[in-house]
Amino acid sequence: MSFLHDYAYYIGAFGLIFIGLLVVLAKHNLIKVIIGLSILDTGINLFLISVGYLRNGTAPIFSRPGLDASGMVDPVPQALVLTAIVIGVAVLALALGIAVRLYREFGTLDLRKIKELRW
Amino acid sequence: MIIVVSLLVLVMLAAAVAALVFRDLLSAVIASCLVSLIASLLFFLLHAPDVAMAEASIGAALITAVFVIAIRRTKRYEE
Amino acid sequence: MRTVFAIVLLAVVGLGIGLALLDVPFGAPKTGIGDYYIEHGREETGAANTVTAVVVGYRAFDTLGEVTVLFVAALGLGAVLAATGGGSEKREVEPASLVLLTGSRFLFPLIMLFGAYVFLHGHLTPGGGFQGGAVVASAFLLLYLGSRGRRVSRTWSTATEALGGLVFVVLGLVGLAVGGGYFLSNFMPTGALNTLLSAGVIPVIYAAIGFKVGSELAGVIHDLVEET
Repeated sequence: MSFLHDYAYYIGAFGLIFIGLLVVLAKHNLIKVIIGLSILDTGINLFLISVGYLRNGTAPIFSRPGLDASGMVDPVPQALVLTAIVIGVAVLALALGIAVRLYREFGTLDLRKIKELRW
Repeated sequence: MIIVVSLLVLVMLAAAVAALVFRDLLSAVIASCLVSLIASLLFFLLHAPDVAMAEASIGAALITAVFVIAIRRTKRYEE
Repeated sequence: MRTVFAIVLLAVVGLGIGLALLDVPFGAPKTGIGDYYIEHGREETGAANTVTAVVVGYRAFDTLGEVTVLFVAALGLGAVLAATGGGSEKREVEPASLVLLTGSRFLFPLIMLFGAYVFLHGHLTPGGGFQGGAVVASAFLLLYLGSRGRRVSRTWSTATEALGGLVFVVLGLVGLAVGGGYFLSNFMPTGALNTLLSAGVIPVIYAAIGFKVGSELAGVIHDLVEET
């Protein structure tokens, strides 16, 4: 039980990174590879936020004037992950645009066949 | 509390394995949307409300819509 | 064969990372810079939300880099999808059902109002420019799903996006010239804490970012949906 207390979030984040990398390495449909890239992104962001957690902490927002500043969760990983989520969606949208264009040019989305095609 | 978190992590990993295994690309995209939704809930439980809002609106809604539009312009089934 | 090789490789890498990270305890205080931002964030920037103070106050240059990456990705998507030769087969645009049509017309201004609320109150409550911009873009997505065949004017969305980015950079240069002498310094007056007109230049920057991200993501949806 104390093992779960310590490691539940870490197991979730590492499991997502593992499964995302497996999809990227072992599948040959291009859209499946991009889905794996999205799962990998989510896993890394979950890991970064769970590093900055403090036990029995509160969110770093001073919504009322008299809040205690000592038990607050670290705000720096949250700022970094906010940036990372937006950049992740930009990269995924561009990758899907290129995939649509590749399908229009070659007629297939199988990576093994696209590697063999010549100009 | 920790039982709830463990169950959520288990469902999230099962959805990621489903996104790996399914051959229908539309079902795989819905599974990855479920992963993103549970990750947003876990961000809230880790006391990060800004990141939870960003992941829910950008990761779970807009990325799934962009995937579905791209699948509509290409093939639906793997191979 | 390839799957087995990938699993073995990932097991070895995962074991290495897991052993290296046994030194990172879960739930213990780790760095000192977070404590500094929590202690001094309120009087130096005037924002009640510490994450906003870090993103737009202390590390505003990184946010400028992020806005640039988003802009380049949207630009690249428009360039890749526009250079088409002939068109594919013309699909029949069937109208949406009555529930979807009426619901999307009713909900569109409400969702935009909520998105504007989220990015205007970024320094007081959880929220900010990126979240509010994504909510506004999903309002446009609902419009594209409900009223088929109706498009947002591309000129207006490009002009709003460019204006949002320009306001951000001009505010940074004004801060360099007038205020503390470094790029993106907070030169407007820091009002009273927890009111709407506080935190200096932070709500103005977040409003510009909200407009920019909303029109940018709506432009991405438009480029993908548009048939040749």
